[in-house]
Amino acid sequence: MTYFFIIIISIIALAAILAFVRFVKGPTAADRVVALDTISFMAIALMVLLGFVLERFIYIDVSLIYAVLGFVGVITIARYLEGGI
Amino acid sequence: MIVIEYLAYFLITVGALFLFLGALGIFRMPDLYTRIQAGTKASTLGAMSLILGVGLLGFVTFTPGYPWLIKTLVIVIFVAIANPLSSHALARGAYKDKLTPFSKEHIDAYEEADNNKEQKEDAK
Repeated sequence: MTYFFIIIISIIALAAILAFVRFVKGPTAADRVVALDTISFMAIALMVLLGFVLERFIYIDVSLIYAVLGFVGVITIARYLEGGI
Repeated sequence: MIVIEYLAYFLITVGALFLFLGALGIFRMPDLYTRIQAGTKASTLGAMSLILGVGLLGFVTFTPGYPWLIKTLVIVIFVAIANPLSSHALARGAYKDKLTPFSKEHIDAYEEADNNKEQKEDAK
């Protein structure tokens, strides 16, 4: 693993820590959902990056499924806040 | 080939910086709507650019390189569709949940549009 990927992964990990502080602190439920959505997109980016670094092609498929599941979860919670469910 | 490699490194760097800026916006902004506005746009661009950069790098590096490019393009298209859609649904749900925006004057364009529609229906 070269220094370039170590620096990139460190930046994304720092961003995930910032979003996690908002996830713990957020006053309403919608704040927490926004923070969790951002953290899940960072996890997708990290999985694709690790799939390249470790030369495992299967990580790309895992990140695609993770993106679909995160999208469905956010839509469900938004419908619950709106009063649809 | 070397041009594609440098383009991929540039895209990965830009993507990581924009993911960091999105998280900073979520951490610092004062209320929910500004947090959605700052976080979603930046994280959409960041994730799209980083994943596309990794796809280009895999296309150059490995010998059967085209599956990397195709599968990462599928993820990029899905992110471009899904992330604005989910943030729009979330903002609408928070508005219906009576969450007031942070502002000094009371400006609510959605409520005004609703009132105008009701007045037009009454006039008919």
